[in-house]
Amino acid sequence: MTARLLLPLLLVVVALALVPAVVTSNVALNFMVTVLLIALVGQGWNVLGGYGGQYSFGHSAFFGTGAYVTAILQVRYGVNAWLGFALGIATGALVGAAIGAVSFRSGLRGSYFALVTLAFAEVLRILASVTPITGAGVGTLIKLDLRPEALQFQSRVPFYWIILALVAISLIVARVIEASRFGAWLVAVRENESAARALGVNATLMKVSAMTISAAITAAAGCFYAQYFLFVDSGIAFGPWISVEALLAPIIGGIGTVFGPLLGALVVKMLGELAKLVAGDAPGLDLVIYGCVLILVVAFAPRGVGGVFHEFYNFVSRAWTPAPTPMRRRDG
Amino acid sequence: MADKIMRVEHVSKRFDGLLAVDDVSLDFASGSITALIGPNGAGKTTLFAIVSGFLRPNGGRVLYRGGDITGQPSHRLARMGIARTFQIVQPFADLSVHENIAIGAHLSRPARAAALAAAAEVAGLVGLGDLLERRAASLTVSGGKRLELARALAITPTLLLLDEVLAGLNPSEIRDMLPVIRAIRDRGVTIVMIEHVMQAVMSLADTVHVLAEGRLIAEGPPLSIAGNSRVIEAYLGRGAAGRLAAVGGGNG
Repeated sequence: MTARLLLPLLLVVVALALVPAVVTSNVALNFMVTVLLIALVGQGWNVLGGYGGQYSFGHSAFFGTGAYVTAILQVRYGVNAWLGFALGIATGALVGAAIGAVSFRSGLRGSYFALVTLAFAEVLRILASVTPITGAGVGTLIKLDLRPEALQFQSRVPFYWIILALVAISLIVARVIEASRFGAWLVAVRENESAARALGVNATLMKVSAMTISAAITAAAGCFYAQYFLFVDSGIAFGPWISVEALLAPIIGGIGTVFGPLLGALVVKMLGELAKLVAGDAPGLDLVIYGCVLILVVAFAPRGVGGVFHEFYNFVSRAWTPAPTPMRRRDG
Repeated sequence: MADKIMRVEHVSKRFDGLLAVDDVSLDFASGSITALIGPNGAGKTTLFAIVSGFLRPNGGRVLYRGGDITGQPSHRLARMGIARTFQIVQPFADLSVHENIAIGAHLSRPARAAALAAAAEVAGLVGLGDLLERRAASLTVSGGKRLELARALAITPTLLLLDEVLAGLNPSEIRDMLPVIRAIRDRGVTIVMIEHVMQAVMSLADTVHVLAEGRLIAEGPPLSIAGNSRVIEAYLGRGAAGRLAAVGGGNG
């Protein structure tokens, strides 16, 4: 892990940290919080889907676990919010490990894996909508208690710092995975599982580990959501909307890359806002737009918006280079 | 005879109605090159899949360095020093040649830099030194075969199972590969190769095992196999050996 690898990451986080200094409107700050929330969920999905090649349609299972554990521990057991946050992440990771172990040990791949994750999420959603401990159909409301000890704040700015810190950690996690043996083996499993196994890679262990990390990151987003909005119900926590956004952001931004989910979240949310401006609050219009963008990206830019930028950069730098130098390409 | 690195004892494998491997027993001597030949569908690749942990046999057992490894998963066998290549090349298509080989090198080298350095060295050994940054999917047939070999070598195996690494290569490419394989043996690696290129079998192998319809029908040094009537009949049909002998006699 060299400074060269972490520098771009640091620059992006510093640039994002300056946002509250420039932007003072609550609406704009709220927008940025939403972008970072989706970036975090997307990075979670990206660890498993992007690097591991295992496409989940049910990441809401982890988001919802984080959200509910945080809320229920506070409301029903009087647990401190910060501790509840940490326990929410840990429980999300456990759920990820369990679903991963069950699915991957029974050899589920491709669309079968996607469908099973979707089924797990739906089962959790239905359970949450009927069991008393989650507040069933009514949902769980976290009591207003505007003190930092309770992880609640008068202004949106501290929330922005918290979600930015979580995103920064998720970026570092992705970068560390990329530069490690675990990451190399995970990508090998994505590219060709049989070949990886023949070279000593325990494919099942790689996939279950990736799913655990992935679930922990996504659960962190769920914990944040509960704390930010102080309300959780089964449709929000385990509904398909978050599973869709989780995969939309990295696929549009650049799957299997460190910055893909962040870039994708920004693009997706900006398009969503644009749609509202143009067409008012036509319900479902943002989903139509997401669908169109997804089709365009998959058809014309399989490496996402980030990939398009990258190619554009290469094109420009080649155009600016006076003569082709006989040097071997040496970038990673 | 030298000591045996692997023994296959009465191994059978059935796919529904088809008995692909039928009560095969054989062994591989340490430090030797053994060839496994036979007509298409003889069960050679199935036998490879069994001894490399990709398939579980219905009967019999496989011993490696004296221990029973029957039914162990392939990744564990790789860690014990058994490497294999695939008949149909299985590259990590989207990765560079360098990264492909590094996956294997990582087995004994956790650090990324160390694995990449070892991978570059192995690439040189098989003649891929100039193609390190190439995307694996863009390699030629011969390049792909070399990459299979390089990745397997990168795990520093004790026993190397080569499944038709010469198939699809032209005669000059085959000539280039023979010294590479011999050099690997000279470094102390035991090699078992499935091969249809008889020129290679004759010049490389110390021992040849012949499989036909799942059964072991002959074994011995290459020259004795070439004249074995059961082997000729397996390839050319019943009675072929007799007819060949008659034709040879008539001419002589």
